[in-house]
Amino acid sequence: MSKISKDQVKHVANLARLSITEQEAEKYSEQLSAIIDFSELLNELDTSNVEPTTHVLEMKNIVRKDEPKEWISKEDALKNAPDQKDGQFRVPSILDS
Amino acid sequence: MSVLDLSIKELQEKLNNKDITVTEIVQAAYDRIKETDDDIQAFVTLNEEEALSQAKALDEKGIDENQFPLFGMPIGIKDNIVTKGLRTTCSSQILSNLDDPLYDATVMQKLNSAKALNIGKLNMDEFAMGSSTENSSMKVTRNPWNTDFVPGGSSGGSAAAVAAGQVPFALGSDTGGSVRQPASYCGVVGMKPTYGRISRFGLVAFASSLDQIGPLTRTVEDNARILEVIAGQDEMDSTSANVDVPKYRDALTGDVKGLKIAVPKEYFGEGVDEEVQTSVRQALKVLEEQGAEWDEVSLPHSKYAVAAYYMIASSEASANLARFDGVRYGKRAENTEDMMDMFKKSRSEGFGEEVKRRIMLGTFALSSGYYDAYYKKAQQVRTLIKQDFDQIFEEYDVVLGPTAPTTAFKIGDQIDDPLTMYANDIMTIPVNLAGVPGISVPCGFHSENNLPIGLQIIGKHFDESTVYRVAHAYEQATDHHKQKPQLGGAK
Repeated sequence: MSKISKDQVKHVANLARLSITEQEAEKYSEQLSAIIDFSELLNELDTSNVEPTTHVLEMKNIVRKDEPKEWISKEDALKNAPDQKDGQFRVPSILDS
Repeated sequence: MSVLDLSIKELQEKLNNKDITVTEIVQAAYDRIKETDDDIQAFVTLNEEEALSQAKALDEKGIDENQFPLFGMPIGIKDNIVTKGLRTTCSSQILSNLDDPLYDATVMQKLNSAKALNIGKLNMDEFAMGSSTENSSMKVTRNPWNTDFVPGGSSGGSAAAVAAGQVPFALGSDTGGSVRQPASYCGVVGMKPTYGRISRFGLVAFASSLDQIGPLTRTVEDNARILEVIAGQDEMDSTSANVDVPKYRDALTGDVKGLKIAVPKEYFGEGVDEEVQTSVRQALKVLEEQGAEWDEVSLPHSKYAVAAYYMIASSEASANLARFDGVRYGKRAENTEDMMDMFKKSRSEGFGEEVKRRIMLGTFALSSGYYDAYYKKAQQVRTLIKQDFDQIFEEYDVVLGPTAPTTAFKIGDQIDDPLTMYANDIMTIPVNLAGVPGISVPCGFHSENNLPIGLQIIGKHFDESTVYRVAHAYEQATDHHKQKPQLGGAK
C-alpha cells in the first residue's frame, strides 16, 4: 500500500503550481493512492535488464539549419496576452517591493 | 440523400460534372449542424463565414482535384489542433478566450493547400484527457445512435459529427485510443497512424511520445485519401519521420489472400463483452472466406499497458501543461498577490478535475525520489510491450481484435471513477505505446442497445497501407458502414 499523504499532495501541488484546498488535498490523496496502487502491478515484472523506451522509432540527432525566418511579429505575439506594457508581457511583481 | 452522404470521390465527380457547387456542400454542412447540433453538441466553434467565403472562391476557380486533392471537401477539426485566426480551446477554460491563434498547425497548412474547408472546431475531453468527452469544460457531446450515451473520447466531437452526418470527415488525435475508441462507439472509421507519420506541430501536446493526429471518416477509402494529404515529414516536428508517404488508396485492392492475421487471446479476455467478441470473430470469418489466414497468438504484456500508460502519459502531460501559466495567452486569474499566486490561481481555475489529477500524478511520478520507481519503470515495461508487437510482426501482417471492450456507456455512468474510465482503453493503449498504426472500423451492432461495435486492425510501423487494405476488404464485404443513426433516439 503506497499511500500518498496529504502533506505529499500539498508538496506536489506546489511543484505543479496548483493551489488546492484541504478538501482537495484529501481527495487527491485517496485518488492518487488508488492509481499508484494500481500501478504497483508493474512490479510483477523484472525489468532490471530492460532498456527504457525513450523513442519508439530508431531516430536520432534530427537537425535542420538554424536560420532566421519570418515568423510571428512582436505585435502579434502580444495580441493574446492577458496583460502587456511597452511591448512586453506584464506580470504581477516577482520580488517583494 | 444529402450531398454529405457522398464520398470524396463521388463529391469530386459531381463537382467536375457541375452537378453541385462547393457552396452547396458547405451550406449543407451548416444546415445539418443547425438541424442536429442541439441534440449532439459536437461543435465548439463554427467557421461559417470564412468557410462559405472560401467556398465561393473555389466555385469561381473551378475544380482541379489533381493539384488540390481535397478540393472543396468540408472537414471538422478537433479543438486541440491550432487554427490560425479561429478559436482553439482544447475544450479547456484556460484557453477559452484564445480567439485569435497566431499560426496554423502543419496539418491545417496541408489541408488548406489541398483546398479542404475547415467547417469548425470539435468538442473533446479537456486537453484530450478522457474516454467519453464528458471531461470537456464546454459541453457534453452525445452519441448520435442514442443521445443518452457518450460518443467516446477524447475525439468524441469528431466521431459524433461524422456519425451524425454533419461533416463527412474530421480530424482527431489519439494518445491512448482517442480516435479509435470514439470511432468504435459512433460506428465510423478512425485511424491512428504510426507515431511520426504526421507532424504534431500545432497539435497541443498532451503526451508527446504517444500523440498522433488521425482522420475519422465514414469509409476506409476517404480515410486513406485524407491521410495521403496530411502525412509526411516536417521540419517543425523533429519526431516526424523521413519515410515516403505512399498513395494509400492504391492499397485498397480487396485482396487479402494469404494475408496472415494474429489474434491475441488477451484481447478476448475478462471484461470484454461476449457480443463484442462474437462480432469480431465473425469479422475474422469474413476475412478468412476471402483467403486470409489467422492464428491465435499472445501479447503477454498486454495487461500491464494501462498502468504503464497512465504513468508515462501523465508524466509527459505534467511537463507539457506547464506552459499554461496566464502570462502569454489564455486566461489569467484576477486579484492575485504576486507572480506565484497568479500562476497557481490561473492554473487552478483554468484546468478541470481530470486534467489537474493527471498533472498531480505526473508531477508526483517525476518528482525527486520517485522517478525510477514510477516513470522509468513504466518506460521499461513499455519496451516489453513494444517487443511483444515486434515479435508478432515477424510472422504476421496485422493484429486483429476489438477496439473497445464494450459499446458506448451511458452519460454519467463512469465519470466518478478514474480507474473504471481508464479500463476502456485496454486494447487501444498498447498500440500507442508501441507506436504502431491502428484503425477502428464498424463491425456490427449490439443486440441489447443497438450501439455500434468496432473492429481494430493493427499494423507494422509505417505499414498503414496493409491496415487500410484489410479494413477496406472487410468493409466492402459487409454493410455496417452504410447504417446511419436516426437522430433523437435508438436506431
